[in-house]
Amino acid sequence: MNLSFVKKVVTAGSVCLLLSGMSSAYADAAADVTRFQGYFLNKFKDKKVDGKPITLQDFADGVYAIDETSRETWNEIEEMPPYEIHIDEGKAMWEKPFANGKSYASCFADGPAIANKYPHWDKEKSMVITLPLALNNCLKANGEKPLKYKKGSINNILAYIAFESRGQKIDVKVPSDDPKAVAAYNKGKQFWLARRGQLNMSCAACHAQNSGLKVRGDLLSPALGQVTHFPVYRAKWGTVGTLHRRFSGCNKQVRAKPFKAQGEEYRNLEYFLTTMSNGLKLNGPSSRK
Amino acid sequence: MVHVGKYLKEVTLAASLCLVSLSVPFYSATAAEATEAAPSALDGKAIAFDRKKGNCLSCHMIAGGDMAGNIAPPLIAMKARFPDKAVLRAQIADATVKNPASFMPPFGRHQILSEKEIDAVVDFIHAL
Ligand code: HEC
Ligand code: HEC
Repeated sequence: MNLSFVKKVVTAGSVCLLLSGMSSAYADAAADVTRFQGYFLNKFKDKKVDGKPITLQDFADGVYAIDETSRETWNEIEEMPPYEIHIDEGKAMWEKPFANGKSYASCFADGPAIANKYPHWDKEKSMVITLPLALNNCLKANGEKPLKYKKGSINNILAYIAFESRGQKIDVKVPSDDPKAVAAYNKGKQFWLARRGQLNMSCAACHAQNSGLKVRGDLLSPALGQVTHFPVYRAKWGTVGTLHRRFSGCNKQVRAKPFKAQGEEYRNLEYFLTTMSNGLKLNGPSSRK
Repeated sequence: MVHVGKYLKEVTLAASLCLVSLSVPFYSATAAEATEAAPSALDGKAIAFDRKKGNCLSCHMIAGGDMAGNIAPPLIAMKARFPDKAVLRAQIADATVKNPASFMPPFGRHQILSEKEIDAVVDFIHAL
């Protein structure tokens, strides 16, 4: 019997297990994390990063963890990072007093290194709170105009907070004693698994099933580690953009109607996807193709 | 041939996933319908390669196309593998009939291509 064939069967089997196990309605999040991370660690176990076997943390580098050729170019770009100016502008935003004399610090006493506190489940409001949402809640509470959620200066303040939060570990909790939190998590998971759009594709199809393969010239990144480094400077955008802008782009490329940035669907998706990267260290902002 | 056969089997296996099929189509059929007007001059190759139409190269290697993806089996020796053109057409019109977990877009069912465009693509692919 051909060995490489046996190996393929085993891998395919675990993909099925990953997704079928995960699609059961009330699977608990911790079990999902183990299965999800195990799936990618196994799938890419033969990869080397800078000459060493790939580790869980390496997945925080996205596609550059599994593509040695583009990793070199990326390392060079990261030496003169195109997002640097956005960090500086974000710092200025953080420090600049609002019209009422207060500032962001009045809402975020532990700030600015607070990225690993988001997203989180807010029991009282019964919703997932993300960092961009919390920033705008702060602005509104102080009579300031809220920022737009995909493009523009929100990315500066997010870049500054991401930079100050580098090295913090992702540790999203899905309180199992709160059915509404579990429901939000499950909705995010279903979103990730569901086929949509004219092209009939799910996030899972591109970023699990076919991760490591190429769609035209684009290597598909593993879903594990996708959220660690936002906001991201993209050459294609020519600037820094938010995670929800990326979600929206990935929906559009399968010709599906994108959802509202910071609407319930994408917040729940972020809640699920970030939980899957629990244990990874934050390393934003970053740059991508 | 042997090589292609092995690759195929692997792809099919890897693709047989348990994806939730919660199709939320958002599109209009107008683009596909509009092209029905000029049936005679349809160029199967152009439709297959066009990123806004078949975009088959995003997943399949096809002779004459650049920058192909490597998600799906290379489309070669088609006549030998698809003696019956109708089977080939069925794969392109809706790959999920044969493989419910297929990653290949259902070009006919989701009206990504019109019926006539599919016919033209089938002619082109079958001759490969
Ligand atoms: C048709 C294939 C396809 C589908 C479906 C798809 N994506 Fe993507 N996605 C890509 C490609 C290509 C890229 C750019 C290369 C990369 O990093 O994977 C990308 C990039 C991303 C990134 C940025 C990764 C990084 O390191 O910066 C995120 C986050 C992401 N996708 C999330 C999603 C989510 C969530 C969904 C479902 C709502 C989804 N994608 C659906 C193809 C897809
Ligand atoms: C997003 C990926 C994708 C695109 C785009 C795509 N395919 Fe496929 N195709 C696949 C996959 C995956 C398979 C493997 C069988 C399956 O899962 O259906 C396949 C199988 C096939 C087969 C059967 C191959 C064999 O040897 O059995 C044919 C023929 C085919 N595709 C033709 C096309 C044509 C023609 C187009 C464009 C009009 C196209 N495909 C676009 C992914 C794709």
